[in-house]
Amino acid sequence: MSTKKQHGELTAADVKRAGWEMAGEIGEQDAELKEVLSHFKQSVDAWSAAVYARPRTVEAALEAVARRRSWRLAAGWAMALVLVAGGVSGGVFEHVQRQQAAQRAAAAERAHEQERAAAERRQQDQKLMATVDTDISQEVPSAMEPLAELMEDGAAK
Amino acid sequence: MTGTAAKGLAAQEFDAIVASHRPQIFRFLLASTRDMDLAETLTQECFLKAHRNWARFRGESSALTWLMRIAINLEKDHWRNRRMQFWRKTQINAVDLDEASEWLPSGERTVEQQMLAREQVAKVWRVVEGLSERQKTVFLLRYVEEQELSEIAAATGLSEGTVKAHLSRAVGRVRAELKGQS
Repeated sequence: MSTKKQHGELTAADVKRAGWEMAGEIGEQDAELKEVLSHFKQSVDAWSAAVYARPRTVEAALEAVARRRSWRLAAGWAMALVLVAGGVSGGVFEHVQRQQAAQRAAAAERAHEQERAAAERRQQDQKLMATVDTDISQEVPSAMEPLAELMEDGAAK
Repeated sequence: MTGTAAKGLAAQEFDAIVASHRPQIFRFLLASTRDMDLAETLTQECFLKAHRNWARFRGESSALTWLMRIAINLEKDHWRNRRMQFWRKTQINAVDLDEASEWLPSGERTVEQQMLAREQVAKVWRVVEGLSERQKTVFLLRYVEEQELSEIAAATGLSEGTVKAHLSRAVGRVRAELKGQS
């Protein structure tokens, strides 16, 4: 079995030696070290008591919490505003696009109607002209019949 | 006893525990982190967690030992959290070692004695800063919180032999620092 045990970075020998050392503790052997460690404890005690007693720390903690909350609130509002603005501008853009498309479609429809009406008018005019031509060529007024006969006789001569 | 009365009694017990042990837990976390805001936050989290689990506390160890164990685990979790690694490295909120050493009651010492004592306290802080997390925890529990080895073992989850070994190494380093051998 390895000398390295399951105590992290410690070996079995470390643990055994420490047991002997701690059995005597440091008090009797090393008065200076004991005094220094006592000063260290006093220092930590005084520091901790001073920090613990001050109201500023609680305020600071509350301020920090309030700051975090206000940041979250502001971020939430900003996000909501961006979403609303995006939604509104998207809706407006869509609406404008639809209006323009409808206008284009209406204009195209009107142009088509006008073309069809013009074509019908042209067709009616042509029909009318054809009818007039037919009527003129086929029917001779009765008052003009003698003159027409004379012209036919003269031509035969 | 009705359920409501039992709950009321438990709440009173817990209030008493908070009142009596909160300063000690805060002191340990302050010494361990040297960061006042972090120590306050972890102390609050410690008692919040203790409150949630108060019904499960069976009194197998003392309440202080149980609370210390929670505090130690919270501190470990805090440093383990990857997001916090950056803060650990920069230590921007941690109080400077010299500043931490300033807190020493003058008592009946002369000015020279006070200066010497502060220098020695600063040396101990330097050693504490260089210790591993486990050694630091054991050292602070022994020489600041003045806990017994069995209590330290219960709070840290180590065997008493391991606690002794960590203490021996830490004290050895303090001794060497004081003699200027480090």
